[in-house]
Amino acid sequence: MTTMTAQTTQVYSVFIRATPEQIWDAITKPEFTAKYFYGSLVDSTFEPGAPFLSYSPDRSQLWVDGVVEEAVRPRRLSHTWRALYDEETAAEEHSRVTWEIEPGDGGVSKLTVVHDRLEGAPKTAANVAGGWMYILSGMKTLLETGEPLAG
Amino acid sequence: MVTYHRHVDDDHVFKALADPTRRHLLDRLFERDGRTLTELESELEMTRFGVMKHLRVLEDAGLVVTRRSGREKLHYLNPVPIRLIHNRWIDKYTERRVSALAELKTELEETA
Repeated sequence: MTTMTAQTTQVYSVFIRATPEQIWDAITKPEFTAKYFYGSLVDSTFEPGAPFLSYSPDRSQLWVDGVVEEAVRPRRLSHTWRALYDEETAAEEHSRVTWEIEPGDGGVSKLTVVHDRLEGAPKTAANVAGGWMYILSGMKTLLETGEPLAG
Repeated sequence: MVTYHRHVDDDHVFKALADPTRRHLLDRLFERDGRTLTELESELEMTRFGVMKHLRVLEDAGLVVTRRSGREKLHYLNPVPIRLIHNRWIDKYTERRVSALAELKTELEETA
């Protein structure tokens, strides 16, 4: 299997038939992340400077830690990111994830995820490359059909 | 307000992929993302205008996303539309086989 070369900036986008508010909720509420983000439970007040945490489905393990840098509901959220579920990525520097939500016509919004500051996190860069694709398609399916992706 | 006229159908994605130059451009971006038009152009025997046109088709299909970095416009591969086609067209037809394998795995692990 070929793997993508680790990039210092990665950009992913998807059109979702949902309002920016619905997409914001999908990003920031654990009852939603549980259904498209590998079962993880997000935990943060989403205020600048507050911790950004993500737990395993049974809350026994902290999977991701970071700090909220910017939060403009429902348009823009930026937080740092360090994946703790893997020993190698846990030892790396924090990278950054930015969610941008643009409303469009016909009830369709555009969600863009920029994962950058990956210079000090090559393992993370390689690790998340396929992950965002899976996560964003899962979020779209969940918001448009109400059902999580199978498998 | 932005017009997202293309979100509802997969036609743009299939059409964008139905061209060897555009598939080549996607492969180049897969190898290394965040490239400028000049970089991409240097690897193709094609005019700058020709490459621009192909990138435009890829961007319209959502397969390429552009971001500004200073004075440069960088092109990023966005595989999400391909994943959605996968979900729609591949998962559906392989579901039965996959679930049979999943059952086999469960059975083998239970007896192990």
